[in-house]
Amino acid sequence: MKILVAVKRVIDYNVQIRVKEDNTGVVTDNVKMSTNPPDDNAIEEAVKIKEAGKATEVVAVSIGEEKAQETVRKALAVGADRGILVKTDGVIEPLAVSKLLQKIVEKEKPDLVFMGKQAIDDDCNQTGQMLSALLNWPQATFASKIEIKDSKLEVTREIDEGLETIEINVPAIVTCDLRLNEPRYASLPNIMKAKKKPIEQLNASDLGVDITPRIEQVKVEEPPKRKAGIKVTSVAELVQKLKNEAKVI
Amino acid sequence: MSRETMEYDVVIVGGGPSGLTTAIRLKQLNSELNICLLEKASEIGAHILSGNVFETRALDELIPGWKELNSPIKTKVTKEKFLFLGKNKSLSWPTWLLPAVQKNHKNYIISLANLCRWLAEQAEALGVEIFPGFPASEILYNDDGSVKGVATQDMGLDKEGNKKDSYEPGIDLVGKVTVFAEGCRGHLGKQLINKFELDKGKDPQQYGIGFKEIWEVDEKNHEVGMVMHTAGWPLDKNTYGGSFIYHAENKQVFLGYVIGLDYKNPYLSPFDEFQRFKTHPAIRKIIEGGKRISYGARALIEGGFQSLPKMFMPGALLVGCDAGTLNMPKIKGSHTAMKSGMIAAETIDEHFKLKKDLSIFEEKFKNSWVYDELYKARNVKPSFSWGLILGIIFTGIDQILFRGRMPFTLKHKHADHETLKPANEMPKIEYPKPDNVITFDKTSSVYLTGTNHADNQPVHLKLKDPHLPISYTLEKFDEPAQRYCPVGVYEVQNENNVQKFVINSQNCIHCKTCDIKEPSQNITWVTPEGGGGPKYGNM
Repeated sequence: MKILVAVKRVIDYNVQIRVKEDNTGVVTDNVKMSTNPPDDNAIEEAVKIKEAGKATEVVAVSIGEEKAQETVRKALAVGADRGILVKTDGVIEPLAVSKLLQKIVEKEKPDLVFMGKQAIDDDCNQTGQMLSALLNWPQATFASKIEIKDSKLEVTREIDEGLETIEINVPAIVTCDLRLNEPRYASLPNIMKAKKKPIEQLNASDLGVDITPRIEQVKVEEPPKRKAGIKVTSVAELVQKLKNEAKVI
Repeated sequence: MSRETMEYDVVIVGGGPSGLTTAIRLKQLNSELNICLLEKASEIGAHILSGNVFETRALDELIPGWKELNSPIKTKVTKEKFLFLGKNKSLSWPTWLLPAVQKNHKNYIISLANLCRWLAEQAEALGVEIFPGFPASEILYNDDGSVKGVATQDMGLDKEGNKKDSYEPGIDLVGKVTVFAEGCRGHLGKQLINKFELDKGKDPQQYGIGFKEIWEVDEKNHEVGMVMHTAGWPLDKNTYGGSFIYHAENKQVFLGYVIGLDYKNPYLSPFDEFQRFKTHPAIRKIIEGGKRISYGARALIEGGFQSLPKMFMPGALLVGCDAGTLNMPKIKGSHTAMKSGMIAAETIDEHFKLKKDLSIFEEKFKNSWVYDELYKARNVKPSFSWGLILGIIFTGIDQILFRGRMPFTLKHKHADHETLKPANEMPKIEYPKPDNVITFDKTSSVYLTGTNHADNQPVHLKLKDPHLPISYTLEKFDEPAQRYCPVGVYEVQNENNVQKFVINSQNCIHCKTCDIKEPSQNITWVTPEGGGGPKYGNM
């Protein structure tokens, strides 16, 4: 069994995001970038499945600018066997990503495609679902547990009401939730070894996919500032304020 | 689980200006060398904080063609000002009356973090292996007592030190020579100075705490290339310190404050002094209408020549501010740190090729311009222990008339942890509340640093005696850790009338002030898990 894992390079989750002055996007210059956190879970799960002898190869793929190579390299350092980088410039929307991944799937012929449930930068939560539709493969989203049972997958999903367990046929798409596992640290010797693992570089234009954005971004703004709280002197005043000012009771 | 070992010709600890320069120079001298450089931050530059007005002297020697290599050194200093601040007034000191060391017309306003990122690219292009996210936590010794290398931090331990599922043991990095370049108050450098008595016969090291904020200001208040320094208000005349205001590119102003950690009043809060400083009319008018986009703090070296330890020992060298090469009156340490790294590289090259002992570092250092600079600068900082006015008069005579060549050397008498007076002998200081426009609290400030430490890991701020903060330090000094920590790591909480000392180590920005100023030296800063700490951008 072969597993393809999609990883995205995003602004590190600890960095305070700053909106550009001209409202065209957020500042990315000199900002620490990392792997999208749930993508780390996706890689970890694929590597674990391989370590358990249930998969033969883990391939990491990233789509983005040249520097996304670091994200692929990180995946290689924690156990992926080889990498693919599809180079693109500028904004790339989930539909375009799905179409590019479809081309990679046709080329690589994996049995499973893993990725994070959504990226922490655009919060779209669309790529896995669209890829499933394009390939006409079953999907399991928000996975918090994955078990391989012959040619089927038993996946536990995190849903609003609790946990839902489903069974789907392989080949399949699985999007991973943060509770799926605890991603390992890349050890120094493994980072060294990862430098020698192959990364195939492709250009998005060579894959024959139209990646022109279909959404026009009007503007990006900071959320409104929260007003400072006030101290009330009595319960009566609190009730009065909740009733008349906040109008919640 | 036993640790893996990796062997290198040279292991360098720390990816700041001195460590990166050592690596680059070594590769220039001998491209065959295997060199690895460890950095505790998640990426090079993320733990670098500095003014910075950059003197290019060392870089000119290291990479003469830096101007053609797209380096982030672009904003030339065009104008200079020095202000003495009173509470509401300011007096401009004529620049022609400034000592030569404080003139900056040939220098550049830069972000040192960005310079380090660029230096790391140069080093990697030469084949240096750089590992960000790997703190060196321990020194390894050979049987003969010489330094063998370092071990990296174990990852994936829980609060009690038990192994989690993600546990990944550290590894031993063995070098024929190890170079320690951790910056001011490096936690391994401190151990080496003790073990090899490198500071024998030297004055106690002196430190300061430096704050920096980056502001995006209104176009009309911005003058690219303008460098301004202030002394005076809000500090009293017995506290050593001052500010910097550098107008960088992209409408950004680098605004900072440095306070000597030899201050005496335990009620003094360096953070609040900095915040208050911004409310002075001469400063407020620059940042009013602007936006604060970054915040950070870091301890720096102030001891200079008298406190500089020996920088070589069997198997290892100490460079940059891990030893203490900052030139205080110049308020610059990047060029001297880089030069010390170059000298270290040249020493190691001769050590390998000609079998010379590492002690030749000393001779090379003495013959360099760094030594000359530090020698001439040596009397400025100690003269300020007589107060601001006498310090200025003396410095004028020492620096302008004698050009640093007076026939005597003033001493630093006390280590910074010895200078606090008991709280009951000192006046309390009331600081104004933050307005959240010009001044801020620590909580909103720490948020801007992007600092984080995975929560379930051992606390990296160790107390030698866990009872001391409440039983002694609170009683005698009103526990100054609550105030000297720039991000509020330390709190004294009252729970059912029982006082409790709380360490919020996840907020730590690795400034090392607690390790320096704690009056009983009860707090020891050790390395947390790799990648933890601030995520500074262009600081």
